[in-house]
Amino acid sequence: MDRQDTLARRNRRVAIAAFGTVAGMVGLSFASVPLYDMFCRMTGYNGTVQTGGPAAPGAVERKVTVRFSANTHPSLPWRFEAAQNAMQVHLGEEGLAFYSAANTAERPVEGVATYNVTPEVVGKYFHKVACFCFDAQTLQPGQSVEMPVSFWVDPAMANDPNTRDIRTITLNYTFFRTLADAERSGALASAGPHVGRGTVTR
Amino acid sequence: MAHAAHDTHHGHDDHNHAPGFVTRWFFSTNHKDIGSLYIIFAVVAAFLGVGLSMLMRLELQAPGMQFFADGQMWNVAVTAHGILMVFYVVMPALIGGFGNWFVPIMIGAPDMAFPRLNNISFWLLVPALGLTVASLFVGGTGTGWTLYPPLSDSQYQGGPGLDMALFGLHLAGASSILGAANFITTIFNMRAPGMTLHKMPLFVWAMLVTAFLLLLSVPVLGGAITMLITDRNFGTAFFKPEGGGDPVLFQHLFWFFGHPEVYIMILPAFGIVSHILSTFSRKPIFGYLGMAYAMVAIGVVGFVVWAHHMFTSGISVDTRAYFMAATMIIAVPTGIKIFSWIATMWGGSISFKTPMLFAVGFVFLFTVGGVTGVKLANASVDVILHNTYYVIAHFHYVLSLGAVFGIYAGFYYWIGKMSGYQYSETLGKIHFWLTFAGVNLTFFPMHFLGAQGMPRRYPDYPDAFAGWNLVASLGAYLSGISFLFFIYVVVDLYLKKRAAAANPWGEGATTLEWQVSSPPPFHTFDELPRIR
Repeated sequence: MDRQDTLARRNRRVAIAAFGTVAGMVGLSFASVPLYDMFCRMTGYNGTVQTGGPAAPGAVERKVTVRFSANTHPSLPWRFEAAQNAMQVHLGEEGLAFYSAANTAERPVEGVATYNVTPEVVGKYFHKVACFCFDAQTLQPGQSVEMPVSFWVDPAMANDPNTRDIRTITLNYTFFRTLADAERSGALASAGPHVGRGTVTR
Repeated sequence: MAHAAHDTHHGHDDHNHAPGFVTRWFFSTNHKDIGSLYIIFAVVAAFLGVGLSMLMRLELQAPGMQFFADGQMWNVAVTAHGILMVFYVVMPALIGGFGNWFVPIMIGAPDMAFPRLNNISFWLLVPALGLTVASLFVGGTGTGWTLYPPLSDSQYQGGPGLDMALFGLHLAGASSILGAANFITTIFNMRAPGMTLHKMPLFVWAMLVTAFLLLLSVPVLGGAITMLITDRNFGTAFFKPEGGGDPVLFQHLFWFFGHPEVYIMILPAFGIVSHILSTFSRKPIFGYLGMAYAMVAIGVVGFVVWAHHMFTSGISVDTRAYFMAATMIIAVPTGIKIFSWIATMWGGSISFKTPMLFAVGFVFLFTVGGVTGVKLANASVDVILHNTYYVIAHFHYVLSLGAVFGIYAGFYYWIGKMSGYQYSETLGKIHFWLTFAGVNLTFFPMHFLGAQGMPRRYPDYPDAFAGWNLVASLGAYLSGISFLFFIYVVVDLYLKKRAAAANPWGEGATTLEWQVSSPPPFHTFDELPRIR
């Protein structure tokens, strides 16, 4: 019986280690949410731009074209577009661009924008000083606004072998309805026909 | 169950007396009975999974919409086929079925370390399958088994269908985790005296590595789908960009589970095939230690290659280069295994019984799937082939033709041991050739379709793809017939009742299961065997 007891104890030890591993992996999968976010911010991974950094250091000779792109999620009843297609800025010089947005719904709608740059490798050299995308925006029915974004491109980009060939950077925004607003208006519950299901009615 | 070899009276069940029907099958704590339950479960689920694939091939037989109402219904069928086959056919058959049956016997243990946990593992799967099947009738899951948001958001997949499938996955995952903990404990602590790790049969090694992969990967799937469930139902925004989340993170989490998962499905088959090739070549396996550690290497490297499923998800070129190189490195241990299997057969006294046919078929077809895998691992090539039928062909060659051939090989190899009755060799061979012809006709043309650009997950296609789709559909019907023929082989086995010898395979079969009677006594080793 003594052998049996030791075996039971050893079995319990291995099982506890196994379930500990499981608990650890579940924890890691949830920890990956803030870690992934932090990783993208620190490294500029996936074209994540730099925010809250220093002011523009001053222009150098090299220029880069910045193109502006705008997308709107179908659940947001806004017309959202870039006021200019593209502009040229010197590296290290602060640029100012505008987007325009108009609410086409009969009620106030709150939207929030996500943003990144392509090519993705320049994320760590693209600094935003101020941007409408830092906060949620509320537009009254029929209201249209011009929304500014000021930015600068780090001159260090010209020295990095991964980025020195880049002549054009595309800055993209996608405007979504905020979750709180979608919940308030019941937009989620009355979402349109499911993708691919039945005939698409517009 | 008549076996009176050492019928001294113990305080517990006598060898001659298995418990009554309900106690034996519903409250079972016996590894052999639970293994049998798992195998029956897998066959039942296979009816559903194969049935869905028949429907899909009917639809794709000709251009135009024939049987499915719309794209959503199609995607529901595709998803259910994937989830059923992965979680309710291949894993229960290989891990729960053969694993439960033979791991304890092969290491000389009287049972699993936690017999009651083993019972829970099995019975968790039944409601899991129920949820997955029931979800088909309440809207279903039109996302593919990968469940990527935003398609899996409540906005695009409303209704309870997807939630039910997710809860089903949760239960199946819990079942796998409990099973994995049980296997690890059994293999570490319950080995008979003298059965050192480096003397363990390769199937046990395969199950040990599989159990570790399950333990490390399934909880991550559990975390990811929990976040998906709260995103869908409780207003969180883990994967919603409008709330600060990132849908690509789900892809990372899913594939951190999903890539080890494909090795979870194939490693037990590796183990089975190693035994069979050695048995029917009458030679010990070539390079035993290399074979064992190749599986360990595949398991370890399998955890750091996941983003090769995401080459088109906007990851940077450096990341792609890394994941491409890491993926290709897996070809090295896999190559060691293929080489050792061939070297095992080399110069052997080979007899092509049905299990051997399936095992050799496995080596050949798995190699084909492996070669297309190396091609797909190239990030630049994958940008073109991603989400085409080329990928479908690739993973069906390693799973439908690899893992399933492993299941069939193991079934024919061990059915005499498990049931006490030997299968009909003629019927077995007919089954092999039907299956071999059927699956190759089905999946080989998909290479051509994919290379020509036919995308997956659509119920319709341009006329240009009609020819090879017809061939694939005809092949699929042949595969369906071969599955029904397999059922006939089983029925024949139980009708004819040809008694199986303790060791029907001769001197090549050296592992411990061949030293006990067929079927083994209800309690296998009351006196532990001593391994020299």
